[in-house]
Amino acid sequence: MSEQISAALLMVGAFFMLLAGLGVLRLPDLFIRLQAATKASTLGVGCMLLAVAIHFQGLAVTTRAALVIAFFCVTAPVGAHMIARAAYAAGVPLWEGTIADELRGRRRPSGELASEATAESPAQTVEGREPP
Amino acid sequence: MSHDGPELTEMAANLALAMVGVALFLAFVRLVRGPTLPDRVVALDLIGVLAVGMISAYAVATDQPALLDPATVLALVGFLGTVAFAGYLERRGRDE
Repeated sequence: MSEQISAALLMVGAFFMLLAGLGVLRLPDLFIRLQAATKASTLGVGCMLLAVAIHFQGLAVTTRAALVIAFFCVTAPVGAHMIARAAYAAGVPLWEGTIADELRGRRRPSGELASEATAESPAQTVEGREPP
Repeated sequence: MSHDGPELTEMAANLALAMVGVALFLAFVRLVRGPTLPDRVVALDLIGVLAVGMISAYAVATDQPALLDPATVLALVGFLGTVAFAGYLERRGRDE
């Protein structure tokens, strides 16, 4: 029974990792790509490490796998947030179909890259916040 | 192999290795193509996570539980690399 569970978890994890790779290649802008790179890959690596723990069935392996899963669950959002904040401040262009940009005019520098990126965007400036 | 169980897990692990390999290739294409530096950082971060998954699939395929230690170290180093790159990006964005 545990073999079947382990094999199924391996397949699910590999599927989500494939999804993450596909998303990082195909999605339209950096911030959307970050979703695929963070969420799907965390789920995939969690499933695969769970499969490892079920396959070996030892205290040492299970502890290590649980440690790595917990580590990924803590660090993946932190790393993604840091990259996204730095990229937004550096003026990475948003996708032209973006409908909400609540940080617009607050963190965005007034460089030409930023103004070009938000010029055609249908997002409105959030009320109560004036651009600098 | 007389027993059916281990063979099934090994087959699944080999298939998983192939799938993660395809995902690694796709992430590598993004790393090469990425129009901006943050795109490349995201791709590199994903490559680190995919490598951890690949190592764990290989550990199952070859029945080597010791391979989990490199996976742990790779997870730690990948996070440190991402944080360092993000700090560098932020500093570079402020200076410009």
